[in-house]
Amino acid sequence: MAKILDKQRYKCALAAMQTVQAIDRACPILHSGPGCAQKLSDTTGSSGYLSPQIFPCTSINEKDVVFGGVKKLSTTIENALKVIDADLFVVLTGCIPEIVGDDAQDVVSKFQEKGKPVVFAPSAGFKGNNYKGHEQVVDAIVTQFLERSDDREKGLVNLWADVPYQDLFWLGNIRELENLLTEIGLKPNTIFGYQRGIENIKRIPKAEFNLLVSPWVGLQNMKTMEKHLGIPYLHYPVLPVGATETGKFLRTVGKFAGIDSEKIESVIKKHEDYFYYLISRYADLFLENRVINKQFTLVADAQYSLAITKFLVNDLGLIPARQFVTDDTPKNYQDAITDEFQNLNYGIKADVSFETDGYKIHEQIRSHDYHGYPLVLGGYYEKEVTESLKGNFLNISWPVLDKVVFDSFYAGYTGGIRLIEDIYTVAVQRFN
Amino acid sequence: MNINLSNSNLSVRETRIGSITGYIGSLKDLAEKSQCGTLKGCARCFSQSSTCLSLCGLSQLAGIRDVAIIHHGPSGCSVTSSNSYYMSKVMSKKRGVTSDTVYVGTDMNEKDTIFGSTEALRKIIFEVDRRYKPKAIFVSSSCATGIIGEDIDSIVDEVKDEIAVPVVAVHCEGFKSKIWATGFDISDHAVLQAIVQKPRPNAPKNNKINFKNFFESARPEIIEMFKNFDLDPVFLYCNSTVEELSTLSENLATTCICGTLGNYLGNALEEKYGVPYVRSINQCGITGFEAWLREIGRVTNRSEKIEKYIAEQRAIYLPQIEEVKKQLEGLTAVLGMGPGYTFEVSRVLNELGIKVVWALAWHYDKKYENGDVPPSMKYLLDNDIDFETSVADQQNYEVMNILRKYNPDMYLSRHPGSTVWAIKNGTPAVYVADEYMIFGYKHTLEFAKTVLDTVQNRSFEANLAKRSKLPYTQWWYEQNVDKFFENN
Repeated sequence: MAKILDKQRYKCALAAMQTVQAIDRACPILHSGPGCAQKLSDTTGSSGYLSPQIFPCTSINEKDVVFGGVKKLSTTIENALKVIDADLFVVLTGCIPEIVGDDAQDVVSKFQEKGKPVVFAPSAGFKGNNYKGHEQVVDAIVTQFLERSDDREKGLVNLWADVPYQDLFWLGNIRELENLLTEIGLKPNTIFGYQRGIENIKRIPKAEFNLLVSPWVGLQNMKTMEKHLGIPYLHYPVLPVGATETGKFLRTVGKFAGIDSEKIESVIKKHEDYFYYLISRYADLFLENRVINKQFTLVADAQYSLAITKFLVNDLGLIPARQFVTDDTPKNYQDAITDEFQNLNYGIKADVSFETDGYKIHEQIRSHDYHGYPLVLGGYYEKEVTESLKGNFLNISWPVLDKVVFDSFYAGYTGGIRLIEDIYTVAVQRFN
Repeated sequence: MNINLSNSNLSVRETRIGSITGYIGSLKDLAEKSQCGTLKGCARCFSQSSTCLSLCGLSQLAGIRDVAIIHHGPSGCSVTSSNSYYMSKVMSKKRGVTSDTVYVGTDMNEKDTIFGSTEALRKIIFEVDRRYKPKAIFVSSSCATGIIGEDIDSIVDEVKDEIAVPVVAVHCEGFKSKIWATGFDISDHAVLQAIVQKPRPNAPKNNKINFKNFFESARPEIIEMFKNFDLDPVFLYCNSTVEELSTLSENLATTCICGTLGNYLGNALEEKYGVPYVRSINQCGITGFEAWLREIGRVTNRSEKIEKYIAEQRAIYLPQIEEVKKQLEGLTAVLGMGPGYTFEVSRVLNELGIKVVWALAWHYDKKYENGDVPPSMKYLLDNDIDFETSVADQQNYEVMNILRKYNPDMYLSRHPGSTVWAIKNGTPAVYVADEYMIFGYKHTLEFAKTVLDTVQNRSFEANLAKRSKLPYTQWWYEQNVDKFFENN
C-alpha cells in the first residue's frame, strides 16, 4: 500500500544496478525508461569502469509501452555484447516492462542458450527497495550462472556484507572483514570491488561456507545458495565495529569454522592492544570536552543503526536514546533485530523504531530529552534538526551529501577508530 | 504555439516542436533540412541510458521556496527528493533566505499497481498540507502510475476545494518523451496553470524582468549590471517564492540563460499575457552577450543605456580577451551539450579562434515555440560557420568513437558523468556546468583562461588515460558513429 515517503532513505529495486556496478567488469543492461539509471546513481564514486550514464538501456518510449519492448531488449543485449567489453551482463527490468508484461526472461534465455554470460534479475521499482533488489541480483547470478560443485576448497569462505553504494563504506568494510578473516586463517572470497569479479563468482560454489555479516539483507541469498549450491551459512547479524564486537565476531566465526581458539585469541589480543593504546591516548578527549553528552541517536539502515549502537554503548559507554531503522526492514526480520538492540552491556536496552517516515523521526528526535547536546548519526536529513538542537551530527547513512568516502570504513578494530575520529572531528569544531 | 492552460497535460517536444534525438551530418544540412521540413530523426537499436524528464521537471519545481512536491510512484522515482532537499537547503542558505520545500514519494508497491492507490494519494496530499503548510502543492505522476491509469487529475480536482493553496497535477511519465527538456516545459506548464495570475488591472508599473536560469550563481552581478539599465531581474525558479511567481505576468519582459530551459515559459507569458519574450542568441561570448543586451534594450526601450554599458565594458575586456585568444588560436574541440548550449558554445569557441570539429547536441528542436529556427542555429548559418554535427541523447559510446577518431585538444560538456569519459580517453575536458561560465565579457575572459589552463596542463588526463581501460571494444571504435541508427 502506498505510503508517505518523507525524507526517503532508500531507492527502488532497480537501483540494484549499483550492486552489478560494484562487480568489476560486470555490466548492467536496463530494460527501463531512459532516465532510471541516472536517477538511481550516486554522484560520487560512480565513474569507474562503467558508470550509470553509460549503462546500456532500452530507453522505453510510448510505442514500447503499447506494443511491448522485447525486440528492443533483444537488440540492446545483442549489441551490448558487441560494444561493451565486460565479463558478465545483468539484465534488470524496471516498472514498465513488468507492468506491460514483456517476457524479459525469455529474451535472456536465448542468449544464455548460446553460452553468453547474461543473467536476468527482475527488479521493478514497485517490487521493493534497493535492499531487496540487491538480493535479487545476487540470487540471479547464483541461480543462472553457477552450478553446484563437488570440490570444496579448504578454508574458503564466501563473505557477504551490506549493499554497495547504498552503504557509503561498502568497499572499505568488506576489505577490512576480509583482512580479519585472513588473519584467523580463512580464505575469504568476495565478489565486489577492486580486483574481485568473475573469477571470484566462479569460486563461490567451492566455498566451505557462506558468511553473511548483515542484520537481514542477503539472508535470502544464503538460503538460495544453501539450496542451489549446497553451501551452509553462518548469519552474523551485527557488522562488528570496535573492540568488543569485533572480538565477538572473530570468536563466533572461529568456532563455526572450527579454528583453534588460541589462534583466535591471539589475533584478538594483538588488535585490542593497539586499539586500547590509541584509546588510552585519546581518552581525555572523550571525557574532557564540553560538547558531547552521553545520549545518542542513530538514523540509518538496520546494519549501521545496530552496529554503531553496539559500538557506542559497549566500547564508548554512551547511552542510546531512541534508534531508528529506516530501510523498510521486512516484518519477519524485525523481531530478531529488535532483540539485538536489547542485547547490550549492563542490561542496557535500546528502544528501536522501524520507521520510514522522516517527519516522525524528526518529531521524536526533537521531543527526546538528551540530557544535553545530542549526538546524531544519520542521513543528511538529520543535519538541520541536529543543528537546531545544538547537537553533533555525522552523516553516515544514505543520503550522504556531507562527506566524501573513497575506501574508508567503520568495520573492525580500525573501523571503530575511524568512526571515533569522524565523531570527534565534528565535536572539536565546537565549544560551549 | 498554442498553450492550453486548462489541461494539465501538454504535448511533448517531439510532437510540439519536432524535436529529434538521432541525426548525423553537418550543421548546414541539419538546418536546411529543418527549414524545409524534411528533417527526420532516427531511432537507435542500441542505446545507453540518458535522463528522465521528471528529474528535470520536478527539480525545477523543487527549487521554488516553501512548496511541496508529491511524486506518486515507486521509491526510485522520488529518489530525486534527497538531492532536492540538499539543494533547497544549500541554495537558500547561499541567498540568506530559508526554504521549507518538501519533496515526498509515495513508495508505491506491487499491490498498488493492481488495485490502484488514489485513496492513499489523497491522504498523502492532505498529510503533506497538514505537516508543512506549503504555499503550493505539485502532484506528479510516474511511469507506473501513468501506465496503470491512476487518475491524478481527478484526485487533484477533488482535494482542491479543501486545501487553501494551489494544488496542481504534473504529468511526468518518463517514457513519454526521450527529450528530458520536456520536463522543463512540464514544470513551466504547472507554474503557469496553478500559480501565475492574470495581470491585475491596477498593478503598479514595475521595472522587473523575468530571468529564467538554473542556479543563479551570477545573481549578484546581474542585479548590479541591470541597475545601469533601471531593470530589476526576477530569477526563476531556484529560490523563487510563490508570491513572486504569481505576478510574472505583470513584468516588463522575460529572458533566459538557456533557450531550452526558458522557451516554454517565455513564449507562454508572451502569448497569454503579452509579456515580451527576449529572443536572441544567448549571453555566452561577446557577440551573444551584446546581441542579448541590445534585444533587451529594444524590448524594454533602454537602448541608450545599454549601448553606454557595452562601450564601457568593451574597453575593459576586449583587449584582455584578444590577448588570451592568441594562445587559443588553432586548438580543436568536440562538444556535447543540450541544444540550448551546443550551438551557442560553438559560436563562442569560434570567436576565440578554437576550431569545432564535431558538435553533439543531446537533442535538437527543429523550431522554437513561435515557429522560428532556434536563434543560435540561425546565427551560425548566417555567419557561414559549419562543422560536423550529430544529435544523440547523451550516447557516450558515440562520443567516444568521435573523440577517438578526431583526437581534439578538448572536449566540452555540460552534463554530469560525461566529461570523465573524455579524460579517461586522454582528452582534456572542460565541464561547462555553471550556466554562467561563459556569461558576458568577464566570464568569457575567465572561460578562455580556463580553456587555456586546461590544455596547458594535461597531466591528470594523461596519467588517468595511461592507467584506464575503457569499456568499449575495439570493434566499436572501428564502426561508423551511426552504426545503430535505424529509421523511425
